[in-house]
Amino acid sequence: MIRIENLSKSFGDVPVLKGITHTFEKGKTNLIIGRSGAGKTVLLKSLVGLIAPTGGSVWYDDVEFSALGKEEVRAIRMDVGMLFQGSALFDSMSVEENIRFPLDMFTDWTKDKKIERVNDCLKRVNLENVNDKYPSEISGGMQKRVGIARAIVFKPKYLFCDEPNSGLDPKTALLIDELIQSITYENNMTTVINTHDMNSVMQIGDNIALLYKGDLVWTGNKSEVMESDNETLQDFIFASPFLQKLRAAAMQNGF
Amino acid sequence: MRTVFSRPERWSMYWRETVRQMHDIGVGSVVIVGLISIFMGAVSAIQFAYQLDGQLVPLYYIGYIVRDLAIIELAPTITALVLAGKVGSNIAAELGGMRQKEHIDAMEIMGVNTASYLIMPKIIAGIVMIPLLVTVSAFVATLGGYLATVPTGYLTDMDYLRGLRAFFVPYNVVVMYVKSFVFGYILTSVPSFQGYYVVGGSIELGRASTNAVVYSNILILLFDYLIAVLLTG
Ligand SMILES: Nc1ncnc2c1ncn2[C@@H]1O[C@H](COP(=O)(O)OP(=O)(O)OP(=O)(O)O)[C@@H](O)[C@H]1O
Ligand SMILES: [Mg+2]
Repeated sequence: MIRIENLSKSFGDVPVLKGITHTFEKGKTNLIIGRSGAGKTVLLKSLVGLIAPTGGSVWYDDVEFSALGKEEVRAIRMDVGMLFQGSALFDSMSVEENIRFPLDMFTDWTKDKKIERVNDCLKRVNLENVNDKYPSEISGGMQKRVGIARAIVFKPKYLFCDEPNSGLDPKTALLIDELIQSITYENNMTTVINTHDMNSVMQIGDNIALLYKGDLVWTGNKSEVMESDNETLQDFIFASPFLQKLRAAAMQNGF
Repeated sequence: MRTVFSRPERWSMYWRETVRQMHDIGVGSVVIVGLISIFMGAVSAIQFAYQLDGQLVPLYYIGYIVRDLAIIELAPTITALVLAGKVGSNIAAELGGMRQKEHIDAMEIMGVNTASYLIMPKIIAGIVMIPLLVTVSAFVATLGGYLATVPTGYLTDMDYLRGLRAFFVPYNVVVMYVKSFVFGYILTSVPSFQGYYVVGGSIELGRASTNAVVYSNILILLFDYLIAVLLTG
């Protein structure tokens, strides 16, 4: 579980997060949604400490993360995995070396044991025989999978994903979403996902937080989305004229 | 600066990265340093021969002057200025690219002390390899002086060698290495910080790379002057 209390962030005089209180639940895929510029990335980076909040606090279970010193933050990061928007695979390393990097850095395991762990992670994300490929030699969807494999190499308790399916076709995006969700359930992780993809919202939205201009304006799960009459939410979900028509038709037929 | 020199994670990873950087800086630069140095020595020798022409100064002074000029000033300073361009822009572009592609964030999330892991090996490689390259440069420059004057008949090889051995002051070599260490530190640390802290897109990355080279060059010349004043003034 991750809890934020009255979290705020300003860049200079410009407030981006205006005092947000919310709980990201354990064993669930927690979504942060909102339009471009709403502050999703700033919120996610504040959660993991890549951005220092201006005010408020971040709690990892009962540890006040935002009050920790640098060394303690590094210690807690052993329990944190993160998938970046552009996958952030190291270009000069092969797929295997990428996933092995955290193991090389922090364990004294034998090479065989490390490779075994790498292969387990690759298998978990449904990839095989890509160990010796370089990031530039595999597709964007495969890069995302490798990014996930690298993020879970230490079996983290907390997983963060910044726009995991941006730049992917809808089908591949769905597969990535489902992969993240099933890994979350298997390991009872606290997963926080940043997205503006409404397919993801309806597919894996266990616990959704809608950001609008730096405020939290709606929370709920995917089945509550349809029933909500929150205007900002409806605006966000049914952004396209096509979806608005569908919705109107559905209403007429007593949906 | 404190984070750069805090306790590393696994020494073997730092060692591997340091070796890789030493290889990049050292092996990657030895040809250009050799090329520049041979001309540097040759030009100094020919110009001194020209200036000495018709004067009462003995010709073997050419060897002596090329040697001291190379040791005290040309080898460390020219090598450092050229490598600030080559190595410096490389370091700034590499780290700036890693910052922009979120590679640095990814490492931070893994728990890596990135300021330390990404910068320290470069600085260590710089302060080890630059003095070595400067040593090569000094030798090659005196060879350049030889090649420019002896085969062309300005003076005999005995004269040139006599010049090389004349009035040798070991302290000058100390000055050369002090300069090399300081320049090695400048031309790796300045670009590292320029790249590591880059904010923005490819325009900013280009600017960081240019600034890295310009600031390194200015600092190298400034410290060249300060060291000259402090150690030989
Ligand atoms: N380092 C920064 N300095 C100044 N302003 C920033 C900085 N980072 C973000 N912002 C501002 O904060 C606001 C929210 O940005 P953020 O990146 O969190 O949006 P987002 O919801 O992730 O959008 P997108 O869906 O496009 O990724 C934007 O107005 C942005 O300009
Ligand atoms: Mg974003």
